[in-house]
Amino acid sequence: MQAASPQTAPPKAGTPLLEVQDLHTSFIVGEGQTVRAVDGVSFVVNAGETLAIVGESGSGKSVTSLSIMRLLPKKIGKISKGTIRLRGRDLVPISDREMRNVRGNDIGMIFQEPMTSLNPVHTIGQQIAEVVIQHQKVSKSEGMKRAIEMLEVVGIPEPARRAAQYPHEMSGGMRQRAMIAMALSCEPSVLIADEPTTALDVTIQAQILDLMRNLQERLGMAIVFITHDLGVVAEMAQRVVVMYAGQVVETGTVEEIFTRPLMPYTSGLMQSIPRMGAEEKTRLQAIPGYVPLLTKLPSGCRFRTRCAYAEERCATSEPPLEQLENGRSVRCIRWKELDLPTRASA
Amino acid sequence: MTKPVIPPNAASGQQDALLTVTNLKKYFPIKGGVFNRVINHVKAVNDVSFSIKRGEVVGLVGESGSGKTTVGRTVLRLEEPTDGSIVFDGTDITRLSKPEMRRYRKRMQIVFQDPYASLNPREKIRTMLGHALAVHHIGRPEEREDRIVKLLEQVGLTGDYLDRFPHEFSGGQRQRIGIARALAVEPDFIVADEPVSALDVSIQAQVVNLLEDLKAEFNLTMLFIAHDLAVVEHISDRVIVMYLGRVMEIAPTRKLYRSPNHPYTKALLSAVPNPDARARPDRIILKGDIPSPINPPSGCVFRTRCPIAIPDCAKVIPVPTEVSPGHFSACIRTAPQGAALSTPELQDAP
Repeated sequence: MQAASPQTAPPKAGTPLLEVQDLHTSFIVGEGQTVRAVDGVSFVVNAGETLAIVGESGSGKSVTSLSIMRLLPKKIGKISKGTIRLRGRDLVPISDREMRNVRGNDIGMIFQEPMTSLNPVHTIGQQIAEVVIQHQKVSKSEGMKRAIEMLEVVGIPEPARRAAQYPHEMSGGMRQRAMIAMALSCEPSVLIADEPTTALDVTIQAQILDLMRNLQERLGMAIVFITHDLGVVAEMAQRVVVMYAGQVVETGTVEEIFTRPLMPYTSGLMQSIPRMGAEEKTRLQAIPGYVPLLTKLPSGCRFRTRCAYAEERCATSEPPLEQLENGRSVRCIRWKELDLPTRASA
Repeated sequence: MTKPVIPPNAASGQQDALLTVTNLKKYFPIKGGVFNRVINHVKAVNDVSFSIKRGEVVGLVGESGSGKTTVGRTVLRLEEPTDGSIVFDGTDITRLSKPEMRRYRKRMQIVFQDPYASLNPREKIRTMLGHALAVHHIGRPEEREDRIVKLLEQVGLTGDYLDRFPHEFSGGQRQRIGIARALAVEPDFIVADEPVSALDVSIQAQVVNLLEDLKAEFNLTMLFIAHDLAVVEHISDRVIVMYLGRVMEIAPTRKLYRSPNHPYTKALLSAVPNPDARARPDRIILKGDIPSPINPPSGCVFRTRCPIAIPDCAKVIPVPTEVSPGHFSACIRTAPQGAALSTPELQDAP
């Protein structure tokens, strides 16, 4: 495991690895109409750091990750603007062939549903070995050896026996581990995890999150963790990007986002989940209404139709993402005058 | 070996039980071999007993394979129980025939997790809710439209939606329609099977609030099945924890979350990523996966993953034992068997 790629020492913690700048991704919906599923998204992830992208369905968080990986559905989805820099190199203009290389070697990805990335007709060992052989040009037997090592690293008992099994012979938690093993087999410097534990039971989720943290510590990876689960965010991330209807609406450290949200949507999210072990039961503060369709966005601020603090001027023009100090940013023209509630203190 | 017996009244601490389930079992046959005979069984629900008082919301939690959904379906007789009894409002409905059961169907309804899969895509809302009323002969046909509009309003929609199809609604709206359909026949008892799991967090809160309002308005009795422990805590008066077909612990909500007794409940609660507690040095990480319900471990089904298991755990099936009033736990380590029986009727039970 350690000796895999001696030429690239683990990057120093804190160096920017992945920089997404002004990313726009559009989709064709129906006759000639396009929507911007991702509309001007920017963020930076540093080595050894976990950045959480939080949002509900339709927020554009998954499309952002698919754009980075160049796994958008061909013909209907494409990046229309922006840069995606990995260690300073822009990935947007490179060829598909070069991108394939990047995907295996530099960026790994794990999904919510492992069966979408595992091939049902090959054994787990063959699939991981295949990745290693393709990207690191080692022999077949060396590849298999490395695959078994990786299964051990992700905590699969009896890795040699498991390597000979097919995905359907494994439980959901096992498959998720196998997929993580595959994503990590080339020691990527950036790992994109799109709802990697959402389909799992909590006791299995706890195992997987623990595993990801340990591996990050050992390998110094940067992790982009896409999730809707604020508990997982609090546990895994150092910094948070909140997305709504295709745009970034707030960024900050986990501490800042949880204790002092500046955007009414973030504040609303914080209040809408029940607190475990609360002294008194209080009614949940639900955000009224629904996430707007990208084809029917309201004028001005996209959140204003559901916002308790909206005023007339919120409808007139789209608020910019205002940059504050230390990477904190907010998209709300009223943020200075609002003192938003967050989760009631324990 | 003694059968786990929790006299239902003792379990709820009250006589006024609307639903009483005793030693319920549901085994699904597995066929195979050359002659396609039954070669084994999935023991989805194994010796489960509990009761629900009128107006009470009981949460039922457990991970996949725990049997929680099967319990919900079996108490409604959507699955035929293999053994045990289900008493609803004083009547044993375990073996009622289909026509006999119809009277009770009207009083017992279910709300499903996936509102899209549970609504007929070709039926307008008007037709769908109209059917529910017609089947149970509720109201005269000419009155039904007014009733349907009123129902829609009760779940936060309006009469404008009458002539729309399910695909025209968002997930949260569809779940509201699913709830309206369950309420249409004015049931006493609702099984809500993961009703908010498929919804976005901001919408989840709307539906949880709606269920609470309806509960207060109609004095609904509810079995709320979910894997989200925070939501269950929020909505339930009491909680049942299941693992691999068996009840591990039953307790009033506050007690269960504040002082869980069973090692599985402790592990489960500690595994939930909590937005309000960032550092978590006390987390219990369980090893391995949930065993197969076809061939569950001998003795205590949890022992293969239990951090405090001893050899005796393989020998006896622990009985849910009362550790404090209304708080039952099935563990020979933390709830010594036969000890701490605080209610006299427990000892008299058959």
